[in-house]
Amino acid sequence: MQLSRRALLKGAASLAMAGVPARVLAAAPPAEAITPELIAAARKEGKVSYYTSVDLAMAERIAKAFEARFPGITVRVERTGAERVFQRIGQEYSSRIFAVDVVNSSDAAHFIVWKRQRILAPYVPEDVAKHYAAEHKDADGEFAAFRLMLSVIGYNTNLVKREEAPQSHADLLDPKWKGKMVKAHPGYSGTIMTATQQLARDLGWSYLERLAQQNVMQVQSASDTPKKISLGERAIQADGNEYNLLLLKEQGQPVEPVYATEGTPLVVGPNGIFKNAPNPNAARLFQNWSFSAECQQLIIDVAALRSLHPLAKEKPGRKPLKEIKTLKEDAEAVEKQSDEIKKRYTQLFKV
Amino acid sequence: MTIALPAQQMAERRSFKIDFTWPVLIGFIALLCVLIILPMGWLVYYSLVDQDGAFTFANFRQLVDDPVFLEPMMTTVIIAVCSSIACCVVAAPMGWLVARTDMPMTKLIRALVTASFVTPPFLGAVAWEILAAPNSGLLNKLYRVVTGAPMDEYLLDIYTLPGLIFVISCYTFPYVFVLIANALDRIPSDLEDASAILGGGAWTTARRVTIPLALPALLAGALIAFLQAMILFGSPAILALPAGFHTMTTKIWSLFQYPPKPELAAAASLPLLIITVILLRGQAMILGRKGYTVVGGKGAEPRLIKLGWWLVPAMTFVTIVLMLPVFLPYFALFNAAFSPIATTLVTPWNATMHNVWFTFFELSSTKTALKNTFMLGAMSATLGTLLALVISYLTARQAVRGHRILAFLATAPIAIPGIVLGVGLFLSYTRPPLVLYGTIWILLIAYITIELPAAYQQLQSAFKSVHPELEEASRMLGATRLRALRDITAPLLKTSVLATWCFIFVSTIRELSAAVMLFTSETKVVSVLIFDLKESGDLGAISVLGLSMLILTFAVVIGVSRIPGFGGGTRLRNT
Repeated sequence: MQLSRRALLKGAASLAMAGVPARVLAAAPPAEAITPELIAAARKEGKVSYYTSVDLAMAERIAKAFEARFPGITVRVERTGAERVFQRIGQEYSSRIFAVDVVNSSDAAHFIVWKRQRILAPYVPEDVAKHYAAEHKDADGEFAAFRLMLSVIGYNTNLVKREEAPQSHADLLDPKWKGKMVKAHPGYSGTIMTATQQLARDLGWSYLERLAQQNVMQVQSASDTPKKISLGERAIQADGNEYNLLLLKEQGQPVEPVYATEGTPLVVGPNGIFKNAPNPNAARLFQNWSFSAECQQLIIDVAALRSLHPLAKEKPGRKPLKEIKTLKEDAEAVEKQSDEIKKRYTQLFKV
Repeated sequence: MTIALPAQQMAERRSFKIDFTWPVLIGFIALLCVLIILPMGWLVYYSLVDQDGAFTFANFRQLVDDPVFLEPMMTTVIIAVCSSIACCVVAAPMGWLVARTDMPMTKLIRALVTASFVTPPFLGAVAWEILAAPNSGLLNKLYRVVTGAPMDEYLLDIYTLPGLIFVISCYTFPYVFVLIANALDRIPSDLEDASAILGGGAWTTARRVTIPLALPALLAGALIAFLQAMILFGSPAILALPAGFHTMTTKIWSLFQYPPKPELAAAASLPLLIITVILLRGQAMILGRKGYTVVGGKGAEPRLIKLGWWLVPAMTFVTIVLMLPVFLPYFALFNAAFSPIATTLVTPWNATMHNVWFTFFELSSTKTALKNTFMLGAMSATLGTLLALVISYLTARQAVRGHRILAFLATAPIAIPGIVLGVGLFLSYTRPPLVLYGTIWILLIAYITIELPAAYQQLQSAFKSVHPELEEASRMLGATRLRALRDITAPLLKTSVLATWCFIFVSTIRELSAAVMLFTSETKVVSVLIFDLKESGDLGAISVLGLSMLILTFAVVIGVSRIPGFGGGTRLRNT
């Protein structure tokens, strides 16, 4: 009896250790620049595999920009929803398949898990050390915030008059929108997972319960909802990527984002590289370049994402981030609650 | 006594030459056991343990108690029954029109039905989204233009249970049609002649003679339609989830999303397996008694009924039926491929090559996926045909005593739905000693296992049509069975072998449900890539990819059937 209790205590202690240790043991490694040696080593590997949840067209644009900047290295984009990316990496790693070099996820909670599993490689790009605020990078240098996104309400301007458009999440519960909304899924999209946690926290699960009564069309990806309202398939998106919506609007599609009066969910999408990356140098080069002012400006200009790099400039005509009321992002909470969120969500929305 | 002589000679010869028959037989039985029993064994094992590996019935209890599982189960049964009925109601009259009346262009009609068979069901589902999504669907837009109805009124809503049943039926009906048309082709005219001589008019003959003779085929068709509808994954994943409901296949697949619950997935797979086994047994019992009544006619041309003025409604009916799985969806895909927005009509002024450019020059998975798909298609078709060829030889000639086991094993996978096999293979090959997960070999195994029964049945019936005399002659002259097979029988079977090759090739390319469980980023196939694109709503890229895949498939099938020496004339046959 005593023995087993002692064993239990010991187990508990080692568990507690596993939760915090990296912070105690090591600080971030020194920052590294893109050196000719790194480029040469990366070129020798010749390829890099980039698992990401950013919209496919944008992901390929980023990949093509990298290939143009560093000829001789091809980028293989593996794009799916952040929750799928997470599952895919987990499944591959548990079968000892090491295929991923660089990962970008729209669910920052995933990095907490990967860090705990000690599978991320500490690596600090020069720009991250120099320009990124402490809250936007991991203290041990294992990841940093590559992109910032908003999950917004939006509407099709042909189907909804500007003055009748919903202004808040509460407005979405109006019976007149029944059957007219499309919504993405937190079991697929990291953006929606993160947003759901914030909405459930700030507006209560009752908001989602009542939203589920509105007969919403359920799609998977947060980049699909803007596409669906742009087609006119539904009049309103209850959630979805701001960046897809902005791009569609700038292409002349009849869509308009709404920044809800209660606040818009804010989503951070970090980047990291893996210890077992099959192309470690190309991975480092890609990671380093991802945080350069050049790449960060690119994701603003061609992908309408938002950047945390102070030298990257917001595009005129888009609402500046500081003018938007946002909800508070809380990756630790998402990490703890994600299974519960998926379960409750499935109960409410049936899929 | 004289009959025994050749056998005696044979026995003498055998002592001089090594006959590989027994090792081959044992080898094949072992191979089939690995292919089938291993994954099914792990499936059953997993369904009976909890996450720590302790024995439990909890997985099954949860399956029965939890409405999260009961509802999809009910939905699946409703879908399977309804689409089975729908397929028969449409395919039976159409098969009869094509086989037994003087309707023109029957070759073209049969070819178009084959085209709908080649179309992957998930691609059809995407095409029908473009056509009949309630607000953006092309057909609903047309309806609003014609009737002047307001913006939010619609004629069709594909995101509903009836919508899903409709789309599933569109791509299941070829199975029923081919079965019925082939059966009606084979009914000899003597019986009908007899009816005519006894004073029965054309319609009386059809009603009292032809239709009852075709009933077993209809029953088999209904069953296949039921099974296909039950085990389909792509169409429900595309159409049911937006509508807010699950079927069993999508539920099983969702159990593999994070956090994965393989135990529950295994338990949820077993009902599908059991239902399939029961239904197939039932079919065998019914057909075992009735199936042969029509075979053995002297091959006289069937008596064609003159349609007369009925030709107009008959042609209208056939045209409408072919519109639904072929013309309309292909039009929608073509439109989406070249339109800036999937649901806007292409005109010369707005046509764009952007989607084509994106798919082939920007999308970095395209090349890998196409390469994987066609490589796997060719490998599965080649190995599957070889395997089926040897097995059907051994069983058709009853060459060795164990042939019944072999026949059973070769037909058994027909009872294993793709997604169930996917789960089983995943559980078997993600662990030592054989970690095949992450390689294309696990997909190859899946494809060969899935297609083996159909290939086996085709080749077995082909073997039966080649008289064993020729082989016996060769054996008497001292050839081993394998040599006789190679030199005598194989050349006589070319056409059937080719048809089987094409059948496996096409089926492999349209397979999604097993692939979606087994792919990794580097072993992605086109069907999975299309499914990925679907989830992020990239309809343009799906259309380009889907159409290219179809064009390549047709090119390969046509190319293969023109190989010199193989005589051509290959036609896809369904089981």
